[in-house]
Amino acid sequence: MDSLSATEIDQMDRVGNRTVAEIRKDFPIYRRAQDSAFVFLDSGASSQKPTAVLDAMDTYYSTTHANVHRGVYAIAERATELYENARVTLGRFIGAPKPAREIVFTKNATEAINLAAYSLARNLLRSESVVVLTEMEHHANLVPWMILKEQIGFEIRYIPFDADGFLDLSHLDEILDGSSIVAATMASNVFGTLTPIKELAEAAHSKGAIFLADGAQYVPHYKIDVKELGIDLLAMTGHKMLGPTGIGALWGREELLKKMPPFMGGGDMIEDVRLDGFTPNEVPYKFEAGTPPIAEAIGLAEAVRYLEAIGMDEIRLHEESLLDYALKTIGENFGDSVVVYGPTDATKKGGVVSFTMEGVHPHDLSQILDQSGVCVRAGHHCAKPVMKRLGVGATARASFYIYNDKSDVDSLVEALAKAQAFFA
Amino acid sequence: MSGLEDLYREIILDHYKNPRNQGELPTPPAVVEQGHNPLCGDEVFVYIEMDGDTIADIKIGGQGCSISRSSASMMSTAVKGKNSEEVHELIHRFKAMMSVEEERPGHEGEADLKEFGELAALQGVVKFPVRIKCATLAWNTLNQALERVQQAG
Repeated sequence: MDSLSATEIDQMDRVGNRTVAEIRKDFPIYRRAQDSAFVFLDSGASSQKPTAVLDAMDTYYSTTHANVHRGVYAIAERATELYENARVTLGRFIGAPKPAREIVFTKNATEAINLAAYSLARNLLRSESVVVLTEMEHHANLVPWMILKEQIGFEIRYIPFDADGFLDLSHLDEILDGSSIVAATMASNVFGTLTPIKELAEAAHSKGAIFLADGAQYVPHYKIDVKELGIDLLAMTGHKMLGPTGIGALWGREELLKKMPPFMGGGDMIEDVRLDGFTPNEVPYKFEAGTPPIAEAIGLAEAVRYLEAIGMDEIRLHEESLLDYALKTIGENFGDSVVVYGPTDATKKGGVVSFTMEGVHPHDLSQILDQSGVCVRAGHHCAKPVMKRLGVGATARASFYIYNDKSDVDSLVEALAKAQAFFA
Repeated sequence: MSGLEDLYREIILDHYKNPRNQGELPTPPAVVEQGHNPLCGDEVFVYIEMDGDTIADIKIGGQGCSISRSSASMMSTAVKGKNSEEVHELIHRFKAMMSVEEERPGHEGEADLKEFGELAALQGVVKFPVRIKCATLAWNTLNQALERVQQAG
């Protein structure tokens, strides 16, 4: 590419007031990988972890570990405090009006969606009910509803998407008619396209439906305010936003959470248990059965602080600049031999490039890229219905985050050229 | 690209670019089985038409990566004209070659690998554990197709 300005290059190599080179020093995996090329472009699947997150968990285990909500001794109280503070930190990060009561910790976004689906279904869904999803959901926001549908027999309708990976809202009113629950992803994990969440939530509410947003691919990359979006429930996961695996959350409006029955039963989620029955605990505890992932919640809160220190708007700007450069460079170098799925306008999508190379299956592509130290995802991205629509079995996907810079995109393009030559 | 040559032997790329026995067979008289690799979305259709106990014709459909497609293509040429016992033996030996744990042919007997012909080219896949499932997909599907033939017979 010939016309990159200094500002453009700077935006790719910097996030806010820190350079990517500095940021990488916070991520031990970049230190380990120093001897060989390490071009990590798969944060859409799972992000790397900064030392601050690892240290927070380590310190907790080394100094403070005890079960939460039980012991009256000092470290148990301290553990409880850390765990509850983590809840508040995450809640504030997404603009929750009552962070201490509206964040339910789960294992990941998948569990958050399952919790919402199973709990809502018990009070809300009958055989004549309608649940609306979109055609670009990943499996986590499809299969739970399909399982419940088998049991209850309600109808599932889908909002379609167009050739660029944008939702087609032309028949929205009809599709939403009679629906009780509408659940949609905030950003496609295949196209990177953003969904008009506010508009969808409003439309769902106009039909009296509850709106669940799947923020797994969105929350790690954008500033979000659940009040402003007007949604009812939000599913998110920690490991895509610099946090550890095994921790995610469901945010829900307090009044709604109060009405929802528990999903899993066990200790900590009850106020009273008798042999003839139980009284559930108050929100959010009634949804957290058993000993929760305490260290993971503390790690996630540290990840949130790390992201906030860098700045979500700065992160978005950085990713957009990388995305813009990647789309242009791939287009210039490979022309029609590489097909990019989704819009080619970087401002209209998250930091994800899904593509296929003519004559090279994504699996083979990924394997050859790996020889150059370039890590990309190859496969159906847990979105088989989307793959079917695109008429491909799989795509390769490169996704960007705060530790990526211009050189990563250049490495990707070089490795793609090698792969093309290998299979020519 | 060290290591890659082990995986992508010339013969594998040839079968990938020019797959043998591609297509469909009318069912019946042929039998078809479908196989999926849920990890990557590869899918294969194996059509076999029996003449008595012998695979008289075989066709391969579906889509997938070079390893799964070339393995299916080589398999089709290797089993055509063989009887079910011979095919079962070949499936068993191929899967043994693809297994890290089970005893593998080739170590003690180069002759075994020679009998494998082109299929021996796939041996390098074992070094890339994630791709083993790609290589064995068509073979497992063929096995299912033979089971279906047996049940029907």
